[in-house]
Amino acid sequence: MSTDTDAYVFTPTPPQPPPANTVGVVGWLRGNLFNGWFNSLLTIAAIYLLYLTIPPLINWAFLSATFSGTDRTACEASPDGACWTFIKVRFNQILFGFYPDGEQWRPIVTFVVGLGALVSTVFRTPARRWTVLFLLTLYPVAAFFLLAGGYFGLTEVETAKWGGLTVTLVVSVTGIVASFPIGIVLALGRRSNMPIVRSACVVFIELVRGVPLISVLFMASVMLPLFLPEGMNFNKLLRALVGVTLFTAAYMAEVVRGGLQAVPKGQYEGAAALGLGYWRMMILIILPQALKLVIPSIVNSFISLFKDTTLVYIVGLFDVLEIIRVSTKDANWIGLEKEGYVFAALMFWVFCFAMSRVSLRIEKRLDTSHRK
Amino acid sequence: MTTENPAIPEKLAVELVDVNKWYGEFHVLRNVNLSVFKGERIVICGPSGSGKSTMIRCINRLEEHQKGKIVVDGIELTSDLKRIDEIRREVGMVFQHFNLFPHLTVLQNCTLAPIYVRGMPKKDAEAIAMKYLERVRIPEQADKFPGQLSGGQQQRVAIARSLCMSPKIMLFDEPTSALDPEMVKEVLDTMVSLAEEGMTMLCVTHEMGFARQVANRVIFMDRGEIVEQNEPNEFFSNPKSDRTKLFLSQILH
Repeated sequence: MSTDTDAYVFTPTPPQPPPANTVGVVGWLRGNLFNGWFNSLLTIAAIYLLYLTIPPLINWAFLSATFSGTDRTACEASPDGACWTFIKVRFNQILFGFYPDGEQWRPIVTFVVGLGALVSTVFRTPARRWTVLFLLTLYPVAAFFLLAGGYFGLTEVETAKWGGLTVTLVVSVTGIVASFPIGIVLALGRRSNMPIVRSACVVFIELVRGVPLISVLFMASVMLPLFLPEGMNFNKLLRALVGVTLFTAAYMAEVVRGGLQAVPKGQYEGAAALGLGYWRMMILIILPQALKLVIPSIVNSFISLFKDTTLVYIVGLFDVLEIIRVSTKDANWIGLEKEGYVFAALMFWVFCFAMSRVSLRIEKRLDTSHRK
Repeated sequence: MTTENPAIPEKLAVELVDVNKWYGEFHVLRNVNLSVFKGERIVICGPSGSGKSTMIRCINRLEEHQKGKIVVDGIELTSDLKRIDEIRREVGMVFQHFNLFPHLTVLQNCTLAPIYVRGMPKKDAEAIAMKYLERVRIPEQADKFPGQLSGGQQQRVAIARSLCMSPKIMLFDEPTSALDPEMVKEVLDTMVSLAEEGMTMLCVTHEMGFARQVANRVIFMDRGEIVEQNEPNEFFSNPKSDRTKLFLSQILH
């Protein structure tokens, strides 16, 4: 300003580009990897560590690995690499256990139909409501008859022959689908005003939550027959299903209770003031909000359950991990634990990662809070 | 005006007789007696903690009174759940914090109770909802979620939501206290137009301009008791009790 008689005239500052070393690749590197000597040192150490571990791993898993052949001798040419031949030869068993060869289309159809329906619900298709209904009602029944057979001209395949990934998926999907509603009912019961209902729910939840899954499974398989009349015999798979479901339901109940408590009191009052009764209030107003809040914890429980299904081996079921473990004890393939367990880990990871991605998608889609 | 009328039952919208309530040891409502006639507009004021919210929340059983009698629209409030729901259907309530359902759109907020409580077909419920959303002057927001609206708009939706149940009585629990100052007027305007149509209203509010404009009676509560009630001009210009005078001197600058 030249003279003080002139009124100050505002001129807007035009936008200027940010300094060159704060944007682009260079900016990113400076900001994230090399900001300060300590972080630079850590970055270099980390790169060195990766250099030490990654190339040998790639070499073992891919470059020197054997993929061909039908028996052990194929792998002898390259002892430093993984022997994936083992997995390839045993792949059928890993997926189906001892399910008869000619009937394996049945678990495949079950899986493909289930997965297809599930994936279609993630996208906004017009028939979504019906798909969900199908998944929750018709599908479990159809899947049971298809897998077990004995009707409609299908040969019967007793559950003792089921194994591998088929058993893992049957146990975990049933566990997830059945434990969810039971958990919700338990959570509502625990917050009920009726003392008997409340105490019953608290006792159940605390009892089941207070013991390890292994002991629940043991009880289901060893103790249950003691209480049942002579000759009444549950099959092993059903016992495991009941055990896993009740166990997860107890956890689910606490997760849902957390959600119910997080819904503001005003929502209960708003619903009550409109004349909505208890069940309508819960189903239309409270539960949709409560469940949405705890999706991450629900999925956490499901992922836990999925991995815990590996414990069903103690009641004599052959889940995917147990099949692999047994296979590595086979005289023809002895000493290939590394390949077996790496492959098992990979399979579990694929399923768990898929669940976590799906849950993120659901969370995003259900978010109507418009928080900024 | 109507305060000393003999209680004619069929003209009474709400009647409280010797109502008492305690929170633990704390005596929040002490021998509250109040008769509200159909079409009457009552403004309830008083210092915070005086029991005014508790009193109107007893009318639709969001709070339970422990002694005395409350009769709403001819039905006595007891612990009978059926009667409570019956009363809640006829009594609309607007809250300080709106209490809209954030997972439902504005339109769904309005149609929910008519559909699930009154058993109205969805189409009819939507038509009624749109009618009331137009009345509160936000029909264009029908498909938005409450989180996308301003406080004033949310409160107007809350009013429309209550009106969709065609209530006989409306309760307002500090409807403008949580609003930014520039949004208070739009909500008050809506309430004024509602009052002009003859709705029976009980409003807990500190908006004294509103009280002067629409109230038939102003009730002053302090420490769980109705200390004074009078028609607005008398109430403001000629308060009788010292507690009322003190309160008015504190809120009217």
